[in-house]
Amino acid sequence: MILAAAAGTAAHATTTTTAAGTHGFLSPTGVEIAFLLVGLVTFGAAVITVTTRQLVHAALWLVVALGGLAVEYLLLTAEFIAWVQVLIYVGSVVVLLLFGLMLTRAPIGRSPDADSGNRWVALAVAVAAAAALVWVVVDAFRTTWIDLDGAPAGSTDVTGASLFQHWVLPFEALSVLLLAALVGAIVLSRKAKADAASGATDTRRDTEGAR
Amino acid sequence: MNDVLDVALRLLVVFVVFLTFPLIVGQTEHKVMAHMQGRLGPMYAGGFHGWAQLIADGVKFAQKEDVVPAGADRRIFQLAPAVALLPYLLVLLAIPIGPGEGAVGQVIDAGVFFVLAVMGVGVLGSLMAGWASANKFSLLGGLRTAAQLLAYELPMLLTAASVAMAAGTVSLVGILDAFEWWWLPWQITGALVFFVAGLAELQRPPFDMPVADSEIIFGAYTEYTGLRFALFLLAEYAGIVVLCGLTTVLFLGGWHGPWGADGLGWVWTLLKTAVLAFVVIWLRVTYPRLREDQLQKLSWTLLVPLSLAQIALTGIVKVVIR
Repeated sequence: MILAAAAGTAAHATTTTTAAGTHGFLSPTGVEIAFLLVGLVTFGAAVITVTTRQLVHAALWLVVALGGLAVEYLLLTAEFIAWVQVLIYVGSVVVLLLFGLMLTRAPIGRSPDADSGNRWVALAVAVAAAAALVWVVVDAFRTTWIDLDGAPAGSTDVTGASLFQHWVLPFEALSVLLLAALVGAIVLSRKAKADAASGATDTRRDTEGAR
Repeated sequence: MNDVLDVALRLLVVFVVFLTFPLIVGQTEHKVMAHMQGRLGPMYAGGFHGWAQLIADGVKFAQKEDVVPAGADRRIFQLAPAVALLPYLLVLLAIPIGPGEGAVGQVIDAGVFFVLAVMGVGVLGSLMAGWASANKFSLLGGLRTAAQLLAYELPMLLTAASVAMAAGTVSLVGILDAFEWWWLPWQITGALVFFVAGLAELQRPPFDMPVADSEIIFGAYTEYTGLRFALFLLAEYAGIVVLCGLTTVLFLGGWHGPWGADGLGWVWTLLKTAVLAFVVIWLRVTYPRLREDQLQKLSWTLLVPLSLAQIALTGIVKVVIR
Protein backbone atom coordinates (compact mmCIF):
# COMPACT_ATOMS: atom_id res chain seq x y z
CA MET A 1 0.00 0.00 0.00
CA ILE A 2 2.83 2.41 0.66
CA LEU A 3 3.94 1.57 -2.85
CA ALA A 4 0.49 2.48 -4.09
CA ALA A 5 0.50 5.81 -2.32
CA ALA A 6 4.02 6.61 -3.43
CA ALA A 7 3.21 5.79 -7.05
CA GLY A 8 -0.02 7.75 -6.75
CA THR A 9 1.71 10.88 -5.55
CA ALA A 10 4.42 10.39 -8.16
CA ALA A 11 1.69 10.16 -10.78
CA HIS A 12 0.11 13.37 -9.56
CA ALA A 13 3.44 15.10 -9.73
CA THR A 14 4.37 13.95 -13.21
CA THR A 15 1.01 14.05 -14.97
CA THR A 16 0.76 17.76 -14.45
CA THR A 17 4.10 18.40 -16.09
CA THR A 18 3.63 16.11 -19.09
CA ALA A 19 0.02 16.92 -19.79
CA ALA A 20 0.53 18.62 -23.13
CA GLY A 21 3.33 16.36 -24.40
CA THR A 22 3.29 14.55 -27.71
CA HIS A 23 1.63 11.15 -27.85
CA GLY A 24 4.23 8.76 -29.16
CA PHE A 25 3.56 5.08 -28.54
CA LEU A 26 5.15 4.41 -25.19
CA SER A 27 7.16 7.59 -25.15
CA PRO A 28 9.24 7.15 -22.04
CA THR A 29 7.62 9.61 -19.68
CA GLY A 30 7.68 8.99 -15.97
CA VAL A 31 4.08 7.85 -15.81
CA GLU A 32 4.51 5.33 -18.60
CA ILE A 33 7.67 3.87 -17.12
CA ALA A 34 5.93 3.61 -13.74
CA PHE A 35 2.92 2.05 -15.43
CA LEU A 36 5.07 -0.59 -17.12
CA LEU A 37 7.04 -1.38 -14.00
CA VAL A 38 3.94 -1.72 -11.84
CA GLY A 39 2.41 -3.82 -14.60
CA LEU A 40 5.39 -6.16 -14.51
CA VAL A 41 5.13 -6.47 -10.72
CA THR A 42 1.39 -7.15 -10.99
CA PHE A 43 1.97 -9.75 -13.70
CA GLY A 44 4.71 -11.43 -11.71
CA ALA A 45 2.55 -11.55 -8.59
CA ALA A 46 -0.34 -12.98 -10.60
CA VAL A 47 1.87 -15.71 -12.06
CA ILE A 48 3.19 -16.61 -8.61
CA THR A 49 -0.40 -16.66 -7.30
CA VAL A 50 -1.36 -19.47 -9.66
CA THR A 51 1.92 -21.37 -9.56
CA THR A 52 2.91 -21.37 -5.88
CA ARG A 53 2.31 -24.58 -3.95
CA GLN A 54 1.61 -22.75 -0.70
CA LEU A 55 -2.08 -21.95 -0.47
CA VAL A 56 -1.94 -18.96 1.87
CA HIS A 57 1.02 -17.54 -0.03
CA ALA A 58 -1.13 -17.66 -3.15
CA ALA A 59 -3.79 -15.57 -1.41
CA LEU A 60 -1.18 -13.08 -0.21
CA TRP A 61 0.39 -12.78 -3.66
CA LEU A 62 -3.13 -12.12 -4.89
CA VAL A 63 -3.11 -9.09 -2.57
CA VAL A 64 0.03 -7.85 -4.34
CA ALA A 65 -1.51 -8.45 -7.77
CA LEU A 66 -4.78 -6.70 -6.90
CA GLY A 67 -2.92 -3.84 -5.20
CA GLY A 68 -0.74 -3.46 -8.28
CA LEU A 69 -3.88 -3.23 -10.36
CA ALA A 70 -5.14 -0.47 -8.07
CA VAL A 71 -1.88 1.42 -8.67
CA GLU A 72 -2.40 1.03 -12.41
CA TYR A 73 -5.86 2.56 -12.06
CA LEU A 74 -4.31 5.45 -10.14
CA LEU A 75 -1.77 5.98 -12.91
CA LEU A 76 -4.65 6.08 -15.40
CA THR A 77 -6.22 8.86 -13.25
CA ALA A 78 -9.11 6.58 -12.22
CA GLU A 79 -8.75 7.41 -8.54
CA PHE A 80 -12.23 6.32 -7.47
CA ILE A 81 -11.94 2.94 -9.19
CA ALA A 82 -8.53 2.44 -7.60
CA TRP A 83 -9.79 2.90 -4.04
CA VAL A 84 -12.86 0.77 -4.69
CA GLN A 85 -10.52 -1.90 -6.02
CA VAL A 86 -8.57 -1.84 -2.76
CA LEU A 87 -11.73 -1.71 -0.64
CA ILE A 88 -13.57 -4.57 -2.32
CA TYR A 89 -10.81 -6.89 -3.47
CA VAL A 90 -7.96 -6.44 -1.02
CA GLY A 91 -10.13 -5.53 1.96
CA SER A 92 -12.98 -7.98 1.52
CA VAL A 93 -12.49 -10.65 -1.14
CA VAL A 94 -9.00 -11.63 -0.01
CA VAL A 95 -10.09 -11.58 3.64
CA LEU A 96 -12.95 -13.91 2.71
CA LEU A 97 -10.50 -16.13 0.84
CA LEU A 98 -8.10 -16.24 3.79
CA PHE A 99 -11.01 -16.93 6.12
CA GLY A 100 -12.07 -19.86 3.95
CA LEU A 101 -8.52 -21.19 3.78
CA MET A 102 -7.95 -20.93 7.53
CA LEU A 103 -11.32 -22.50 8.25
CA THR A 104 -10.67 -25.54 6.06
CA ARG A 105 -6.95 -26.24 5.76
CA ALA A 106 -4.04 -23.93 5.52
CA PRO A 107 -0.87 -25.86 6.33
CA ILE A 108 2.37 -23.95 6.63
CA GLY A 109 4.62 -25.11 3.84
CA ARG A 110 3.78 -26.79 0.57
CA SER A 111 0.56 -28.57 -0.32
CA PRO A 112 1.64 -31.01 -3.05
CA ASP A 113 -1.95 -32.16 -3.60
CA ALA A 114 -3.21 -28.65 -4.28
CA ASP A 115 -2.85 -29.17 -8.00
CA SER A 116 -5.80 -30.19 -10.12
CA GLY A 117 -3.90 -31.57 -13.11
CA ASN A 118 -5.68 -29.19 -15.45
CA ARG A 119 -2.61 -27.00 -15.68
CA TRP A 120 -2.38 -26.88 -19.47
CA VAL A 121 -6.11 -26.47 -20.06
CA ALA A 122 -6.17 -23.65 -17.53
CA LEU A 123 -3.20 -22.02 -19.21
CA ALA A 124 -4.91 -22.25 -22.62
CA VAL A 125 -8.12 -20.71 -21.26
CA ALA A 126 -6.21 -17.96 -19.50
CA VAL A 127 -4.16 -17.09 -22.59
CA ALA A 128 -7.30 -17.10 -24.77
CA ALA A 129 -9.20 -14.88 -22.34
CA ALA A 130 -6.25 -12.51 -21.98
CA ALA A 131 -5.80 -12.32 -25.76
CA ALA A 132 -9.47 -11.57 -26.32
CA LEU A 133 -9.53 -8.88 -23.61
CA VAL A 134 -6.31 -7.23 -24.76
CA TRP A 135 -7.49 -7.28 -28.35
CA VAL A 136 -10.86 -5.72 -27.50
CA VAL A 137 -9.34 -3.03 -25.28
CA VAL A 138 -6.59 -2.16 -27.74
CA ASP A 139 -9.06 -2.07 -30.61
CA ALA A 140 -11.50 0.12 -28.70
CA PHE A 141 -9.11 2.61 -27.14
CA ARG A 142 -6.13 2.61 -29.51
CA THR A 143 -6.34 6.32 -30.30
CA THR A 144 -7.96 7.52 -27.09
CA TRP A 145 -5.83 9.66 -24.85
CA ILE A 146 -6.70 10.92 -21.41
CA ASP A 147 -7.08 14.68 -21.39
CA LEU A 148 -5.19 15.79 -18.33
CA ASP A 149 -5.99 19.49 -18.71
CA GLY A 150 -9.70 19.29 -17.87
CA ALA A 151 -11.34 17.65 -14.89
CA PRO A 152 -9.71 14.31 -14.03
CA ALA A 153 -11.40 11.68 -16.19
CA GLY A 154 -11.57 9.17 -13.33
CA SER A 155 -12.64 11.36 -10.44
CA THR A 156 -15.61 10.30 -8.35
CA ASP A 157 -17.74 13.04 -9.91
CA VAL A 158 -17.07 12.01 -13.51
CA THR A 159 -17.30 8.28 -12.77
CA GLY A 160 -20.64 8.71 -10.99
CA ALA A 161 -22.07 10.88 -13.73
CA SER A 162 -21.18 8.46 -16.51
CA LEU A 163 -22.28 5.45 -14.46
CA PHE A 164 -25.71 6.83 -13.60
CA GLN A 165 -26.36 8.71 -16.84
CA HIS A 166 -24.98 6.58 -19.68
CA TRP A 167 -24.63 3.16 -18.11
CA VAL A 168 -27.54 3.06 -15.68
CA LEU A 169 -29.26 0.10 -17.36
CA PRO A 170 -26.25 -2.25 -17.21
CA PHE A 171 -25.72 -1.03 -13.64
CA GLU A 172 -29.27 -1.98 -12.66
CA ALA A 173 -28.98 -5.32 -14.47
CA LEU A 174 -25.78 -6.05 -12.54
CA SER A 175 -27.41 -5.17 -9.23
CA VAL A 176 -30.29 -7.55 -9.99
CA LEU A 177 -27.74 -10.24 -10.81
CA LEU A 178 -25.97 -9.67 -7.50
CA LEU A 179 -29.29 -9.74 -5.66
CA ALA A 180 -30.10 -13.06 -7.30
CA ALA A 181 -26.71 -14.42 -6.22
CA LEU A 182 -27.35 -13.20 -2.67
CA VAL A 183 -30.77 -14.82 -2.48
CA GLY A 184 -29.34 -17.99 -4.01
CA ALA A 185 -26.59 -18.15 -1.42
CA ILE A 186 -29.11 -17.77 1.42
CA VAL A 187 -31.36 -20.45 -0.04
CA LEU A 188 -28.45 -22.86 -0.45
CA SER A 189 -27.16 -22.32 3.08
CA ARG A 190 -30.61 -22.75 4.64
CA LYS A 191 -31.20 -25.98 2.74
CA ALA A 192 -27.86 -27.39 3.84
CA LYS A 193 -28.76 -26.53 7.44
CA ALA A 194 -32.05 -28.41 7.25
CA ASP A 195 -30.28 -31.46 5.79
CA ALA A 196 -27.62 -31.61 8.45
CA ALA A 197 -29.79 -31.12 11.51
CA SER A 198 -27.55 -33.34 13.59
CA GLY A 199 -24.49 -31.47 12.38
CA ALA A 200 -26.04 -28.21 13.51
CA THR A 201 -26.37 -29.41 17.08
CA ASP A 202 -22.72 -30.45 16.96
CA THR A 203 -21.58 -27.00 15.94
CA ARG A 204 -23.75 -25.47 18.63
CA ARG A 205 -22.05 -27.60 21.20
CA ASP A 206 -18.71 -26.49 19.76
CA THR A 207 -19.49 -22.81 20.13
CA GLU A 208 -20.73 -23.43 23.64
CA GLY A 209 -17.46 -25.17 24.35
CA ALA A 210 -15.52 -22.21 22.99
CA ARG A 211 -16.78 -20.10 25.82
CA MET B 1 11.95 23.53 -4.04
CA ASN B 2 9.14 25.12 -2.09
CA ASP B 3 6.79 22.30 -3.09
CA VAL B 4 9.27 19.68 -1.98
CA LEU B 5 9.68 21.47 1.33
CA ASP B 6 5.90 21.67 1.72
CA VAL B 7 5.44 17.95 1.05
CA ALA B 8 8.32 17.03 3.34
CA LEU B 9 6.92 19.19 6.12
CA ARG B 10 3.44 17.68 5.82
CA LEU B 11 4.85 14.14 5.84
CA LEU B 12 6.96 15.00 8.87
CA VAL B 13 3.98 16.43 10.77
CA VAL B 14 1.82 13.41 9.97
CA PHE B 15 4.65 11.11 11.02
CA VAL B 16 5.12 12.92 14.31
CA VAL B 17 1.36 12.78 14.98
CA PHE B 18 1.46 9.08 14.12
CA LEU B 19 4.24 8.48 16.65
CA THR B 20 2.97 10.65 19.51
CA PHE B 21 -0.84 10.50 19.50
CA PRO B 22 -1.09 6.72 19.96
CA LEU B 23 1.30 7.02 22.90
CA ILE B 24 -0.80 9.78 24.43
CA VAL B 25 -3.91 7.62 24.03
CA GLY B 26 -2.06 4.69 25.54
CA GLN B 27 -0.91 6.67 28.56
CA THR B 28 -4.42 8.12 28.98
CA GLU B 29 -5.75 4.58 28.91
CA HIS B 30 -3.34 3.54 31.67
CA LYS B 31 -4.40 6.42 33.88
CA VAL B 32 -8.12 6.48 33.09
CA MET B 33 -8.50 2.73 33.53
CA ALA B 34 -6.60 2.89 36.78
CA HIS B 35 -8.75 5.67 38.21
CA MET B 36 -11.96 4.00 37.07
CA GLN B 37 -10.84 0.86 38.90
CA GLY B 38 -9.77 2.69 42.05
CA ARG B 39 -6.02 2.42 41.35
CA LEU B 40 -3.37 4.99 40.57
CA GLY B 41 -1.77 3.46 37.49
CA PRO B 42 1.87 4.09 36.59
CA MET B 43 3.33 6.66 39.00
CA TYR B 44 7.14 6.32 38.89
CA ALA B 45 8.53 6.44 35.34
CA GLY B 46 9.48 10.02 34.47
CA GLY B 47 8.52 11.38 37.84
CA PHE B 48 5.26 13.24 37.30
CA HIS B 49 2.38 10.73 37.42
CA GLY B 50 4.36 8.20 35.41
CA TRP B 51 4.21 10.15 32.18
CA ALA B 52 7.18 8.28 30.70
CA GLN B 53 5.76 4.81 31.34
CA LEU B 54 5.11 4.04 27.66
CA ILE B 55 8.55 5.30 26.64
CA ALA B 56 10.03 2.95 29.24
CA ASP B 57 7.82 0.18 27.82
CA GLY B 58 9.12 0.97 24.34
CA VAL B 59 12.74 0.75 25.52
CA LYS B 60 11.94 -2.55 27.20
CA PHE B 61 10.32 -3.95 24.05
CA ALA B 62 13.28 -2.85 21.91
CA GLN B 63 15.69 -4.70 24.18
CA LYS B 64 13.82 -7.99 24.09
CA GLU B 65 14.85 -10.84 21.86
CA ASP B 66 12.99 -11.08 18.56
CA VAL B 67 11.80 -14.69 18.51
CA VAL B 68 10.41 -16.42 15.45
CA PRO B 69 8.91 -19.85 16.23
CA ALA B 70 10.62 -22.77 14.50
CA GLY B 71 7.45 -23.94 12.79
CA ALA B 72 6.37 -20.48 11.66
CA ASP B 73 6.34 -19.12 8.15
CA ARG B 74 9.31 -16.81 8.69
CA ARG B 75 8.84 -14.09 6.15
CA ILE B 76 5.09 -13.62 6.61
CA PHE B 77 5.50 -13.77 10.37
CA GLN B 78 8.02 -10.92 10.20
CA LEU B 79 6.10 -8.91 7.63
CA ALA B 80 2.76 -8.97 9.49
CA PRO B 81 3.39 -6.13 12.02
CA ALA B 82 4.31 -3.74 9.20
CA VAL B 83 1.16 -4.64 7.27
CA ALA B 84 -0.88 -4.03 10.41
CA LEU B 85 0.71 -0.67 11.22
CA LEU B 86 1.42 1.16 7.95
CA PRO B 87 -2.19 1.52 6.73
CA TYR B 88 -3.03 3.71 9.73
CA LEU B 89 -0.09 5.97 8.86
CA LEU B 90 -1.50 6.35 5.35
CA VAL B 91 -5.00 7.05 6.64
CA LEU B 92 -3.71 9.84 8.88
CA LEU B 93 -2.48 11.58 5.72
CA ALA B 94 -6.05 12.05 4.52
CA ILE B 95 -7.77 13.26 7.71
CA PRO B 96 -8.30 17.03 7.72
CA ILE B 97 -7.95 18.68 11.11
CA GLY B 98 -8.81 22.25 10.17
CA PRO B 99 -10.38 24.33 7.41
CA GLY B 100 -8.50 25.03 4.22
CA GLU B 101 -5.72 23.36 2.25
CA GLY B 102 -3.12 23.79 4.96
CA ALA B 103 -4.64 21.50 7.56
CA VAL B 104 -4.65 18.15 5.80
CA GLY B 105 -1.74 15.93 4.77
CA GLN B 106 -3.06 15.28 1.29
CA VAL B 107 -6.48 16.18 -0.14
CA ILE B 108 -7.86 13.01 -1.68
CA ASP B 109 -10.80 13.24 -4.02
CA ALA B 110 -12.38 9.96 -2.94
CA GLY B 111 -11.31 10.42 0.67
CA VAL B 112 -13.99 8.30 2.36
CA PHE B 113 -13.21 5.37 0.10
CA PHE B 114 -9.49 5.85 0.59
CA VAL B 115 -9.63 5.77 4.38
CA LEU B 116 -12.01 2.81 4.59
CA ALA B 117 -10.12 0.85 1.94
CA VAL B 118 -6.75 1.38 3.58
CA MET B 119 -8.09 0.65 7.08
CA GLY B 120 -9.43 -2.65 5.77
CA VAL B 121 -5.93 -3.57 4.57
CA GLY B 122 -4.59 -3.25 8.11
CA VAL B 123 -6.59 -6.26 9.22
CA LEU B 124 -4.61 -8.39 6.75
CA GLY B 125 -1.71 -7.96 9.18
CA SER B 126 -3.61 -9.74 11.95
CA LEU B 127 -4.65 -12.49 9.54
CA MET B 128 -1.07 -12.99 8.36
CA ALA B 129 0.17 -13.04 11.96
CA GLY B 130 -2.53 -15.51 12.96
CA TRP B 131 -1.74 -17.92 10.18
CA ALA B 132 2.03 -17.63 10.07
CA SER B 133 2.57 -18.22 13.80
CA ALA B 134 1.87 -21.96 13.49
CA ASN B 135 -0.05 -21.84 16.74
CA LYS B 136 -3.61 -22.99 17.40
CA PHE B 137 -4.48 -19.94 19.48
CA SER B 138 -3.10 -17.67 16.81
CA LEU B 139 -5.04 -19.41 14.08
CA LEU B 140 -8.22 -19.10 16.16
CA GLY B 141 -7.47 -15.43 16.67
CA GLY B 142 -6.93 -14.95 12.94
CA LEU B 143 -10.20 -16.71 12.16
CA ARG B 144 -12.11 -14.57 14.62
CA THR B 145 -10.45 -11.45 13.21
CA ALA B 146 -11.56 -12.35 9.71
CA ALA B 147 -15.12 -13.20 10.79
CA GLN B 148 -15.37 -9.95 12.72
CA LEU B 149 -14.05 -7.90 9.82
CA LEU B 150 -16.48 -9.49 7.38
CA ALA B 151 -19.38 -8.72 9.70
CA TYR B 152 -18.49 -5.14 10.62
CA GLU B 153 -17.07 -3.79 7.37
CA LEU B 154 -20.55 -3.58 5.85
CA PRO B 155 -22.29 -1.35 8.44
CA MET B 156 -19.21 0.88 8.53
CA LEU B 157 -19.30 1.36 4.77
CA LEU B 158 -23.06 1.92 4.70
CA THR B 159 -23.00 4.61 7.38
CA ALA B 160 -20.04 6.34 5.72
CA ALA B 161 -22.03 6.22 2.49
CA SER B 162 -24.93 7.86 4.31
CA VAL B 163 -22.75 10.85 5.24
CA ALA B 164 -21.40 11.00 1.70
CA MET B 165 -24.99 11.10 0.43
CA ALA B 166 -25.85 13.90 2.83
CA ALA B 167 -22.85 15.96 1.77
CA GLY B 168 -23.06 15.11 -1.91
CA THR B 169 -19.35 14.32 -2.01
CA VAL B 170 -16.98 11.55 -0.93
CA SER B 171 -14.13 13.91 -0.19
CA LEU B 172 -13.45 14.28 3.55
CA VAL B 173 -12.70 17.97 3.11
CA GLY B 174 -15.86 18.39 1.02
CA ILE B 175 -17.97 16.66 3.67
CA LEU B 176 -16.67 19.08 6.31
CA ASP B 177 -17.28 22.07 4.06
CA ALA B 178 -20.90 20.98 3.60
CA PHE B 179 -21.49 20.24 7.30
CA GLU B 180 -24.37 21.94 9.13
CA TRP B 181 -25.11 21.56 12.84
CA TRP B 182 -28.44 19.77 12.23
CA TRP B 183 -26.57 16.89 10.60
CA LEU B 184 -25.76 15.81 14.14
CA PRO B 185 -29.31 14.63 15.03
CA TRP B 186 -29.92 13.63 11.41
CA GLN B 187 -26.93 11.26 11.23
CA ILE B 188 -26.80 10.21 14.89
CA THR B 189 -27.78 6.59 14.18
CA GLY B 190 -25.12 6.38 11.53
CA ALA B 191 -22.57 7.88 13.89
CA LEU B 192 -23.27 5.29 16.58
CA VAL B 193 -23.19 2.42 14.11
CA PHE B 194 -19.95 3.71 12.54
CA PHE B 195 -18.26 4.07 15.92
CA VAL B 196 -19.35 0.64 17.16
CA ALA B 197 -18.35 -1.04 13.89
CA GLY B 198 -15.02 0.78 14.01
CA LEU B 199 -14.40 -0.47 17.55
CA ALA B 200 -15.11 -3.99 16.35
CA GLU B 201 -12.73 -3.57 13.43
CA LEU B 202 -10.00 -2.43 15.81
CA GLN B 203 -10.77 -5.41 18.09
CA ARG B 204 -11.16 -3.16 21.09
CA PRO B 205 -13.16 -4.33 24.10
CA PRO B 206 -16.01 -5.24 24.22
CA PHE B 207 -15.25 -6.56 20.72
CA ASP B 208 -11.88 -8.10 21.59
CA MET B 209 -12.88 -11.69 20.96
CA PRO B 210 -10.00 -12.14 18.45
CA VAL B 211 -7.36 -11.22 21.05
CA ALA B 212 -9.21 -12.41 24.19
CA ASP B 213 -6.16 -12.74 26.41
CA SER B 214 -7.83 -14.82 29.08
CA GLU B 215 -9.00 -17.36 26.55
CA ILE B 216 -6.82 -17.57 23.45
CA ILE B 217 -3.86 -15.66 24.88
CA PHE B 218 -3.87 -12.61 22.64
CA GLY B 219 -4.89 -14.56 19.56
CA ALA B 220 -2.86 -13.67 16.50
CA TYR B 221 -0.13 -12.03 18.59
CA THR B 222 0.55 -14.98 20.92
CA GLU B 223 3.94 -15.78 19.40
CA TYR B 224 5.16 -12.22 18.99
CA THR B 225 7.85 -10.75 21.19
CA GLY B 226 9.82 -7.56 21.53
CA LEU B 227 9.58 -4.86 18.92
CA ARG B 228 7.16 -6.66 16.62
CA PHE B 229 4.67 -7.10 19.43
CA ALA B 230 5.11 -3.41 20.27
CA LEU B 231 4.30 -2.58 16.64
CA PHE B 232 1.01 -4.48 16.91
CA LEU B 233 0.16 -2.59 20.09
CA LEU B 234 1.08 0.68 18.38
CA ALA B 235 -1.20 -0.30 15.49
CA GLU B 236 -4.08 -0.76 17.92
CA TYR B 237 -3.61 2.69 19.44
CA ALA B 238 -2.98 4.33 16.07
CA GLY B 239 -6.24 2.66 15.05
CA ILE B 240 -8.03 4.35 17.96
CA VAL B 241 -6.67 7.74 16.88
CA VAL B 242 -7.71 7.12 13.28
CA LEU B 243 -11.18 5.85 14.19
CA CYS B 244 -11.89 8.75 16.55
CA GLY B 245 -10.55 11.23 13.99
CA LEU B 246 -12.70 9.72 11.26
CA THR B 247 -15.84 9.70 13.40
CA THR B 248 -15.14 13.33 14.25
CA VAL B 249 -14.70 14.28 10.61
CA LEU B 250 -17.62 12.30 9.23
CA PHE B 251 -20.27 12.75 11.91
CA LEU B 252 -19.28 15.39 14.46
CA GLY B 253 -18.38 18.20 12.09
CA GLY B 254 -14.59 18.12 12.50
CA TRP B 255 -13.31 21.68 12.82
CA HIS B 256 -16.81 23.19 13.10
CA GLY B 257 -17.65 24.40 16.56
CA PRO B 258 -19.95 26.85 18.32
CA TRP B 259 -17.27 29.55 17.99
CA GLY B 260 -13.81 30.20 16.66
CA ALA B 261 -14.04 27.85 13.68
CA ASP B 262 -11.70 30.02 11.61
CA GLY B 263 -8.57 30.21 13.67
CA LEU B 264 -9.08 27.44 16.19
CA GLY B 265 -10.75 24.79 14.03
CA TRP B 266 -7.97 22.31 14.70
CA VAL B 267 -8.59 22.63 18.44
CA TRP B 268 -12.17 21.50 17.93
CA THR B 269 -11.04 18.52 15.87
CA LEU B 270 -8.51 17.48 18.49
CA LEU B 271 -10.98 18.05 21.32
CA LYS B 272 -13.68 15.89 19.73
CA THR B 273 -11.13 13.21 18.86
CA ALA B 274 -9.87 13.21 22.45
CA VAL B 275 -13.38 12.90 23.87
CA LEU B 276 -14.08 9.96 21.55
CA ALA B 277 -10.79 8.32 22.54
CA PHE B 278 -11.87 8.69 26.15
CA VAL B 279 -15.15 6.97 25.30
CA VAL B 280 -13.20 4.12 23.71
CA ILE B 281 -11.25 3.65 26.94
CA TRP B 282 -14.40 4.03 29.03
CA LEU B 283 -16.13 1.28 27.05
CA ARG B 284 -13.17 -1.00 27.64
CA VAL B 285 -13.47 -0.62 31.38
CA THR B 286 -17.26 -0.81 31.41
CA TYR B 287 -18.37 -3.71 29.23
CA PRO B 288 -17.52 -7.40 29.37
CA ARG B 289 -16.33 -9.16 26.25
CA LEU B 290 -18.97 -10.23 23.76
CA ARG B 291 -19.14 -13.88 22.76
CA GLU B 292 -18.49 -14.74 19.10
CA ASP B 293 -22.16 -15.45 18.31
CA GLN B 294 -23.23 -12.28 20.11
CA LEU B 295 -20.72 -10.36 18.01
CA GLN B 296 -22.11 -11.70 14.76
CA LYS B 297 -25.69 -11.24 15.89
CA LEU B 298 -25.11 -7.63 16.91
CA SER B 299 -23.68 -6.82 13.52
CA TRP B 300 -26.07 -8.65 11.21
CA THR B 301 -29.34 -8.18 13.08
CA LEU B 302 -28.82 -4.73 14.56
CA LEU B 303 -26.08 -2.67 12.94
CA VAL B 304 -26.74 -3.57 9.31
CA PRO B 305 -30.51 -2.86 9.49
CA LEU B 306 -29.85 0.35 11.43
CA SER B 307 -27.36 1.56 8.85
CA LEU B 308 -29.78 0.72 6.03
CA ALA B 309 -32.48 2.68 7.87
CA GLN B 310 -30.06 5.57 8.23
CA ILE B 311 -29.39 5.53 4.48
CA ALA B 312 -33.13 5.54 3.79
CA LEU B 313 -33.60 8.46 6.20
CA THR B 314 -30.71 10.35 4.61
CA GLY B 315 -32.21 9.81 1.16
CA ILE B 316 -35.69 10.96 2.22
CA VAL B 317 -34.46 14.09 3.98
CA LYS B 318 -32.15 14.85 1.08
CA VAL B 319 -35.03 14.70 -1.41
CA VAL B 320 -37.37 16.70 0.84
CA ILE B 321 -34.99 19.60 1.50
CA ARG B 322 -33.86 19.88 -2.11
